[in-house]
Amino acid sequence: MKRLIMSIFCIHLAIIFMAATALGQEKSRFDKNDQCVICHKDLEAMPENFEESDIHMQKGLSCAGCHGGDSTSDDEEVAKRKGSGFIGVPKGKAIIEMCGKCHSDIAFMRQYQPRIATDQVQQYAKSFHGQKLAKGDTKVATCASCHMAHSIFPAIDPRSTIYSLNIPETCHKCHSDEEYMKEYNIPTNQYDKYVKSVHGIALLEKQDTGAPACNDCHGNHGAMPPGISSIGHICGTCHVNNQAYFSKSKMAIEFEEADLHACEECHGNHEIQKTHDDMVGTGETSTCVECHDEGESAYETAEKIHTELIGLVTAFNSANVLLKKIERVGMDDLDMSYAVKDAKQRLLSARTLVHTFDADRVKVKTDEGLEFAKKALAFGKEELDELDFRRFGFGIATFFMTIVLVALYFKIKDMERDE
Amino acid sequence: MFKKTIDWLDERFNIQPLFEFMSHKEVPVHKHSLWYYMGGVAMILFVVQAMTGMLLLLYYQPGVDSAYESIRFITTKVSFGWLFRSVHSWSANLMVFFVFVHMFSAFFTRTYAKPRELTWVTGAVLFLLAMVFGFSGYLLPWNELAFFATKVGTDIAGAVPIIGEPIKVLLRGGDSVTGATLSRFYAFHIALLPAIFTVMLFLHLLFVQRQGMHEPEFFKELPTEKKRMMPFFPNFILRDVLLWGVILNILLYLAVFFPWELGVKADAFAPAPEGIRPEWYFMFMFQSLKLLPAHFLIMEGEVFGILFFGIGGLVWFSVPFWDVYIKESIRPKVLKWFGIIVIIFILIMTAWGYLV
Repeated sequence: MKRLIMSIFCIHLAIIFMAATALGQEKSRFDKNDQCVICHKDLEAMPENFEESDIHMQKGLSCAGCHGGDSTSDDEEVAKRKGSGFIGVPKGKAIIEMCGKCHSDIAFMRQYQPRIATDQVQQYAKSFHGQKLAKGDTKVATCASCHMAHSIFPAIDPRSTIYSLNIPETCHKCHSDEEYMKEYNIPTNQYDKYVKSVHGIALLEKQDTGAPACNDCHGNHGAMPPGISSIGHICGTCHVNNQAYFSKSKMAIEFEEADLHACEECHGNHEIQKTHDDMVGTGETSTCVECHDEGESAYETAEKIHTELIGLVTAFNSANVLLKKIERVGMDDLDMSYAVKDAKQRLLSARTLVHTFDADRVKVKTDEGLEFAKKALAFGKEELDELDFRRFGFGIATFFMTIVLVALYFKIKDMERDE
Repeated sequence: MFKKTIDWLDERFNIQPLFEFMSHKEVPVHKHSLWYYMGGVAMILFVVQAMTGMLLLLYYQPGVDSAYESIRFITTKVSFGWLFRSVHSWSANLMVFFVFVHMFSAFFTRTYAKPRELTWVTGAVLFLLAMVFGFSGYLLPWNELAFFATKVGTDIAGAVPIIGEPIKVLLRGGDSVTGATLSRFYAFHIALLPAIFTVMLFLHLLFVQRQGMHEPEFFKELPTEKKRMMPFFPNFILRDVLLWGVILNILLYLAVFFPWELGVKADAFAPAPEGIRPEWYFMFMFQSLKLLPAHFLIMEGEVFGILFFGIGGLVWFSVPFWDVYIKESIRPKVLKWFGIIVIIFILIMTAWGYLV
């Protein structure tokens, strides 16, 4: 065990060593004679959050690369003289222009990454942030608001403010600030809702980087609230089948006519909860009854779908409980486990088919699932019968063995008495 | 018919003296006679192992892609496969248990003393072989726990100074636990070990038969008329058979009511699961090694532990050769306490390993 721990320790040490070596190599591109850094360090006037491993520093783009000026001179006046291109600390539109100077130029950017996107500024101009900035609102987010100014890392780097696990926190900085957001008249509780949602829990608690963060629905450089027509497509990028069924259903047309927000109407937006079977139907927690009343055909459809789902869930649960028992007692669970898996697959399909709002289509799937659940229960019963048979066989064997052993015991006693 | 066969054999092989010898063989009857039966129980369990093992061989297929699947097939599809597999696993554990009991009873009753030193030594080899049997058999189902336990176990072997690394590579058939390890363990388990074990068992039994049953000191001192003796044939053998019957029934009970688990198939790329542990009979050593600090005295803690158990085992198994140097008046007491300390150590470490 200790050896194992030692091995793991050694591997970690090796990784840390290699990472340190790699970082060292990255840093080696940073010019140590850069007078901007030398002076600002001496004066303890380095910008807040300055990181030497910042991606621009790694690639040899130092202070002067963005701020302009002459980084070879140690005389401030010479370094910032007119004609040196010194722009100081850019604000608002100047930031976009400054970043765009390189990032919109594929001829320049391809030397770092041949397939890098260079449409960020273009997208930004169409975003809510960009539009506001164009109108002179300097409070809106610019490049540095999300990417930071002096500690920029690629999005795949966990240190980055735009790494998937860090994005909610990055957006939250402004969007949860009531005072800051006051004039925009939009809610500021999105983050609080998101962290409690199924997506937020998956991303922030379970660290599942596949779960959506703010930018997955709203976009990043072109960030906008999703409109009525696009919300279904946004959810559909991950929930493909649900979206496909919904878009072909009669409800999709009715939703569009009534200006209703597709998925959001039943599932919500920032606070999307894990779905359950009682969301459909006519019970208290059903979303169907929010729009449909008793007597309507949709109300009956909802009830039928719910009944079908619950019927399959009950059968599936019984089969699953029996399967666990079969596994516990060490009986053959192979055929049964396949049947239970098939029943589960049908249940998942039926749940997805709820988005067709067609009770007959759901029923086809639940009937198939019920067949598999029945088959699983039958396999389980066979195994339990076999278990009883084994135990009965053991009883019979013990009975005869006991007779033989008792007879043997008396034989020995008898023999020893004679002696 | 039986007599005719015996006569036929006697005419050709002169087996009558053997019968003569057997008919005169006697077993002492006293308060510790019960311990005489433990070796027989261990032996019958070995026979069960051999028989069920041969049946399992009909379907078992060693290999990364077939070992687990074939055992699953045996336990689910083959008629009575579940029974033979469970009996094989339970019987292996019971055999090791009775080998332990037999060894400690022999130690406490000091049956190893002159002239039975070699009987003790062959017994010691059988004990070690039983442990290796268990270790090699544990990997054969190629499940998660066995895979990682083998990894840890062979790592420990690799920590032995100088010869450790070559031993580890020899056991694993490479640098890590792979299909090559499985093939090796399979070969050890079904060919090499049974062959050596059978020879050792034959020698052990030969010595016991040749020298007769050991008489404890207090029994030896009794006057001849007060010494109760029991004929080996048929009395002792029939009692043996009676006990074997009870043990076999217990074995059946365990196999039917507590079938041996197969677990999850091993995945070399998966992270090690929690609760990796060796078979219970290795637990005291495993736990002791876990408790040792990284450095102990002038060496690594693990190396110290391995040396401790190595030297400890050597001292234990060479007891017939050094106990004579202990002053005769205190010898029984010293050895009794030595044995008790060893048992307490094994019990505490084993319990600790399972409870913590």
